[in-house]
Amino acid sequence: MNTIRLAVPDKATRGEIIEIKAMIQHEMESGHRPDEYGRPIPRFIIKHFECRYNDRVVFRAEFFPAIAANPFLSFFTRATESGTLEFRWIDQDGGVATELVELEVD
Amino acid sequence: MPLSWLSWKLTSLTRLAGVRRAGCLILTLLASLTQAEDILSFSANPDLDASMVRSGYRFLTPETRSLQDDDFANPGYLWVDQGRQQFHDSGCNACHQEGALTGAATRYPQLDPELGLINLEARINQCVEDRLERPALKYESHALLSLSAYITNLSKGRPYQIIVTGAAEPHFTAGREYFFSRRGQLNLACNQCHDDNWGRMLRGDKISQGHPNAYPGYRLEWQTLGSLHRRIQDCDTGIRARPFPPGSTEYTQLELYLAWRARQLGLESPGVRR
Ligand code: HEC
Ligand code: HEC
Repeated sequence: MNTIRLAVPDKATRGEIIEIKAMIQHEMESGHRPDEYGRPIPRFIIKHFECRYNDRVVFRAEFFPAIAANPFLSFFTRATESGTLEFRWIDQDGGVATELVELEVD
Repeated sequence: MPLSWLSWKLTSLTRLAGVRRAGCLILTLLASLTQAEDILSFSANPDLDASMVRSGYRFLTPETRSLQDDDFANPGYLWVDQGRQQFHDSGCNACHQEGALTGAATRYPQLDPELGLINLEARINQCVEDRLERPALKYESHALLSLSAYITNLSKGRPYQIIVTGAAEPHFTAGREYFFSRRGQLNLACNQCHDDNWGRMLRGDKISQGHPNAYPGYRLEWQTLGSLHRRIQDCDTGIRARPFPPGSTEYTQLELYLAWRARQLGLESPGVRR
């Protein structure tokens, strides 16, 4: 399982703009590198990331082979109501890594 | 005695000794050449002056520094987090309470009565094999790197506390000898870059003093976290010498010398490097 690091405030006031940071451990193997014997290392990358806030997508990103290993994203959203943030990464083979975070808004 | 030979000897000597104003030294040498041999063998081992010791961090670009300083964005913390998790999942915490290993990393490499000179990775594996009765973790494996990154990070900011005298002394001497021995097709020794030329550029890199305190560390070139021994392999490969395997006695002895040489510095793991 890939390690995930998330930075989300536990609490926010309604209407506040909050910063969210998300990082996942992943080799993001570009498919363009040779191994130590000169054979190409097969491509293995994350293709897609999204963040849902109470099931509504608030941020989405497509990934490409030139993105460095262990991709790190930071983005902003508006705190509207208490609920769940769902983070989801999908790799090229359909493998999924997810994590949930509760956010309290008052 | 041909004068050209003498002056070559003097320049190479002053270069080795790192002496900038070598006037009086040269006079002494002219007085006695046999004595010059003594000074040569002595000054070929001038350990880095303690007042000059600077972490590799000081040689980084501001961008790489701020990546290391950011406890969230520093990718090395992915391994620290994972190591903490593994510490619980594999039952290390049955015997070691949370945080009880704080400071432990500063005491390695150390002499073990049965195993000889061992580093932190070898100590972890001793617990894995003897106390958890599981097969040893492979050096440079994800699992071992995560555990060593987690345990080393518990000592962040603390200086080394290693012992280099007594029974450890032969290991220390061997490590120091490695540091000052020329090797590889380029016929270079570690000290020629890391004592004599730190601060200068080598291709895209600013040469640092070659300290071990950032490791296990995240190298952007590796795109992953790696051990100190992997970093040393890169230097040995760079001078076209055959590297020793990670975890080898040679590199562990070298690690002991490097830790002593860096003894004033605080541990930085997980450092971020180019
Ligand atoms: C059955 C008990 C037991 C288990 C399980 C165990 N250890 Fe240990 N460990 C010890 C003992 C006993 C020592 C030696 C005394 C000491 O230094 O605490 C030790 C020493 C160590 C040290 C050196 C501490 C120092 O100050 O030098 C490290 C590092 C360590 N263990 C890591 C681990 C890790 C990582 C795991 C899990 C993979 C683990 N241990 C599992 C009992 C255990
Ligand atoms: C040809 C010059 C050269 C030689 C010889 C050399 N290195 Fe290096 N070394 C470098 C460069 C360049 C780097 C990367 C930049 C830096 O941190 O110095 C480096 C990095 C290091 C680092 C990591 C420092 C840090 O803060 O990340 C260590 C440790 C190290 N070298 C140890 C050694 C040892 C031990 C030897 C001898 C086996 C050695 N080096 C030989 C050029 C050299």
